[in-house]
Amino acid sequence: MTMINAAPRDDFRLSMLIYDTRYRAITIQLFVLALVLAAIWWLGSNLQANLEAKGRPLSFEFLWSRAGYDIGQTFIPYTSDSTHFRAMLVGLLNTLVLALFGCLFATIIGVIVGVLRLSKNWLVALLTSIYVEIFRNIPLLLWILVIFVPLYEMTPAPNAFKVTDEMIASGTEPAASMILGGTVAVTNRGTYIPGFLFDRGFEAGWMTTLAIFLVIAGSLAVHLTLNARARRVQEATGVRPTTWWKSLIVLFAPLVLVLWALGFHLDIPQPPTRFNFEGGVVVQNPFVAMLIALSLYTGAFIAEIVRAGIQSVSRGQTEAAFALGLRPNRTMNLVILPQALRVIIPPLISQFLNLTKNTSLGIAASYADLRGTLGGVTLNQTGREVEAMLLMMLIYLSISLIISSLMNVYNRSVQLKER
Amino acid sequence: MKKSVFFGALAATTLVAGMASAATIDDVKARGELLCGSSTGLTGFGAPDASGNWTGFDVDLCRAVAAAVLGDATKVKFVPLTGETRFTALQSGEVDLLSRNSTWTMSRDSELALDFVAVNYYDGQGFMVKKDLGVSSAKELDGATVCIQTGTTTELNLADFFKQNNITYQPVNVADDNEAQSQYVAGACDAYTTDASGLAASRATLPDAENHIILPEIISKEPLGPVVRHGDSNWGDIVRWTYYALLIAEEKGITQANVEEVLASTTDEEVKRLLGASGDMGVKIGLDNAAFKNAILAVGNYGEIFARNIGEGTSINLARGLNALWTQGGLQYAPPFR
Repeated sequence: MTMINAAPRDDFRLSMLIYDTRYRAITIQLFVLALVLAAIWWLGSNLQANLEAKGRPLSFEFLWSRAGYDIGQTFIPYTSDSTHFRAMLVGLLNTLVLALFGCLFATIIGVIVGVLRLSKNWLVALLTSIYVEIFRNIPLLLWILVIFVPLYEMTPAPNAFKVTDEMIASGTEPAASMILGGTVAVTNRGTYIPGFLFDRGFEAGWMTTLAIFLVIAGSLAVHLTLNARARRVQEATGVRPTTWWKSLIVLFAPLVLVLWALGFHLDIPQPPTRFNFEGGVVVQNPFVAMLIALSLYTGAFIAEIVRAGIQSVSRGQTEAAFALGLRPNRTMNLVILPQALRVIIPPLISQFLNLTKNTSLGIAASYADLRGTLGGVTLNQTGREVEAMLLMMLIYLSISLIISSLMNVYNRSVQLKER
Repeated sequence: MKKSVFFGALAATTLVAGMASAATIDDVKARGELLCGSSTGLTGFGAPDASGNWTGFDVDLCRAVAAAVLGDATKVKFVPLTGETRFTALQSGEVDLLSRNSTWTMSRDSELALDFVAVNYYDGQGFMVKKDLGVSSAKELDGATVCIQTGTTTELNLADFFKQNNITYQPVNVADDNEAQSQYVAGACDAYTTDASGLAASRATLPDAENHIILPEIISKEPLGPVVRHGDSNWGDIVRWTYYALLIAEEKGITQANVEEVLASTTDEEVKRLLGASGDMGVKIGLDNAAFKNAILAVGNYGEIFARNIGEGTSINLARGLNALWTQGGLQYAPPFR
């Protein structure tokens, strides 16, 4: 085909929009754009028309009315008198906390298992392979149930820890006892762990926290200055002054002092007199079950990503590092891992996003996440399905975009620097 | 862009037009099957039996409607719905009728654009606890962990009850009845709360029913009944009057067994109208004149349905109580059939 590029300008015909390669690309793009816009407009107007036909136009007013229901796990003050908006925030926080801990544990499990899968020890490699294959290939919902049900079926009820006067008189032991020196109780409702109490704390609880935080930050700052000074001395004289005992004192003495001044002591949970343990902090079983299931499930995927990352670094790199006289652990830290990270980070981001979105299965373990509050009870009590769904989609989308942008920043910092 | 606007407008108008014209009764007749939203399995009220046939108090109402509309009580497809999904399913047309212990409240009637057409069971929310807990009143439940089915009015009543009595509790919001029951049995919660009838049904399925008690407090009014979409009054009338027909049948002593006999011998004009022997009451709402006779033939009168599924002597063992006919001191009262 002969290409005549210099077509006469005054000779434009409508058919050239299709037959002339110069215009065709633009024609097609405009046509597709028009189709997409039409589809979006069609869906939107359909929604609006149908909602109006039902007499229920889109409105988010319901967010400001009284919620009227209680939630099992709340990180911010919430009662049944709070608004649906606050219930949504409670759910959102539950989602975020679960996602945060889930990502953390999944990464730890994934890295350890990923490295162990490459082990030369036959048994270790086999066991980790079995773990990865089992968790990757069975749906998450089943894992949640498999973990949640035994958690409440096989652990003792709080009642079993009860000690009554008759029991003391007859010398019988309660059916279940607390572990770790009588400080932690594992029950079928949750695990009760000691909390922090301050006898002489400030009126406002947050001021006590702030004071402790400031002391720790101050100690860290002094510790870092100490180290920097030691490095300067080392660079100038070649001899590094001893810093370990100074650092120890700087790091711990102020903290111990301030804790003593505030009258710090542990709030050990007490066996129930009526229904539940008193005092302490409870980590509820729905949270525990979700955390274990999400970490193990996503951890299996991350293990594969880590393994692939390590294997992607060519053997020549290791050999070259050895030839330069680097020891194996420094070879791993300085040569292999930095290069492996470039391969690991991008798929790791999708795993974090998956884990975060998978928290929405929480209702299977009675966990009150965003889907359970806004998308569950609020949706049901107010009947605002479309609004609640749109809001939930928007929130999950925002969380995912924030996570991926943060991870992208990190990814850029480990990427190959091209100068 | 002109083109896309045109296509969009065309599509939107056809869809809206399609929605407005369809009457539920025509859909049901065309389909030859009634889609009935039922519970996910509540013994006595609506649950599949060992051979997979749905039976129960709420299920029989669906069968009665199917018998009245289609002349065949077996032409029902039961769609199990959870507390969370039931109203959306009804609104979106996934089911024609919701007969699944749903409480009639004002906001559901108005905001959700639904119509509660009758009350087939007057209920109230109660608590079930294990006997060895040593609790005899719901007011002693201060600090207890309570299992509730999420997405129900019980969740709101529970919060209000504890707040009014100035006591606290730890809620466990569970997705469905079975899950709530298994958590309660395992002791993951001290008390299980739902409608008293639901508690009785749950208790009946426990192997050690005698170790569980239902506390005396009834903390709410729970009028349960069939629900239809707002805006199709004729369909609402059909369901409502099918239900009333079952009530009138009990009042007049018409049973599944003696329908034909009564029809042949009766001198009562109302009974004649009910059974289609005189007047055209059925035709008036788009059914056969024999529609209500078919309904009674299929499932029996209200009293029979009650006795067969949840009444005294069954494993649920509920007394008629508020659900006795008005002539016997209860609240069940049908308007005159004329």
